[in-house]
Amino acid sequence: MEIPVVRKVLDVNDTMAQENRDYFTQQGVYVFNLMSSPGSGKTTLLTKVLQKLAPEIKAAVIVGDVCTTNDADRLSVTGAPVVQITTDDFGGDCHLAAHVIKSAAKELDLSEIDLLIVENIGNLVCPAEFEIGEDSRGVVLSITEGEDKPLKYPLMFRVCNVAILNKMDLVPYLEVDADLAVKNMLTVHPEMPVFKTSATKDTGLDEFVDWLKGEVNKKFGK
Amino acid sequence: MHEMGIALQIAEIAKSAIPKTPADLKVKAVNLRVGKLTAIVPDSLRFCFEIVAKDTPLAGAELNIEEIPIVAVCKECYTETIITDADFSCEKCKSGKLDIISGRELTVSSIEVADPGEMEQAQKKSKKKK
Repeated sequence: MEIPVVRKVLDVNDTMAQENRDYFTQQGVYVFNLMSSPGSGKTTLLTKVLQKLAPEIKAAVIVGDVCTTNDADRLSVTGAPVVQITTDDFGGDCHLAAHVIKSAAKELDLSEIDLLIVENIGNLVCPAEFEIGEDSRGVVLSITEGEDKPLKYPLMFRVCNVAILNKMDLVPYLEVDADLAVKNMLTVHPEMPVFKTSATKDTGLDEFVDWLKGEVNKKFGK
Repeated sequence: MHEMGIALQIAEIAKSAIPKTPADLKVKAVNLRVGKLTAIVPDSLRFCFEIVAKDTPLAGAELNIEEIPIVAVCKECYTETIITDADFSCEKCKSGKLDIISGRELTVSSIEVADPGEMEQAQKKSKKKK
């Protein structure tokens, strides 16, 4: 006997993500979910971005890793509030789920901030599947990872609203074609803005920060 | 990598769909619709499901996965395109302005239940086949 069910498997997460989204909006906070593979330069990039956002945009960060608080230590020098999540407590999860964000956000004074950046766990696969209540999503690809990654992990590049091609300063030392990397990103997601950056050399970051400021201001009609 | 968590959710949904009467119904199969634009590896999911189903009414249930193609509609010429590789552009006008209308599904569509006797017979049959 067949019994119809028709229920989304990620219903629990999706529902909680929507609750988060409503709550953050009510608190006047824009949420940006930043994803990438491990070692793409997310934390270095965020350290610079946080400095450029201040004082116009007050930002806080929730940073996820399987282990260690290294990233929180690096980010906290910017003066922005940082909450570190280590998913070891959640079974070493490969992504941040909506309920984790909900409990981490309790440690922040949301009335003090305009923007919450979630630095997701380094992984180009799983985080793409789990909404956390974000307004937009970004992916960082470092040029050392190879031009073909957008084609290999299309879901990640498809679900993101913006992409950053980082470590551009290394291009002269690599046998790599940065234009092809951008082209591959745009094959998967033709309408997506792409910024070429070097977080360590501070190039291209201002353009990305302008984009992010624009998004935050757009949400609250500034 | 996250298939275990997904398998647990599927098991929860399937278990809650088992009718209370008649008692002791076993689940023969769980039917899933999985879009091709999801980060799910069917073999890993089956493997994880087998583990979470153990010692529950779902033990031995088959996980049938219907793969749903990625279908997009062009916002400019309204042509429907089935996306087969990572090229997200309209097959007619090559525009990249697309609405994805299917391919992100991850849904339990139905379960198939049987009483324990029927279940034993079905398992014997499938053993013979093998």
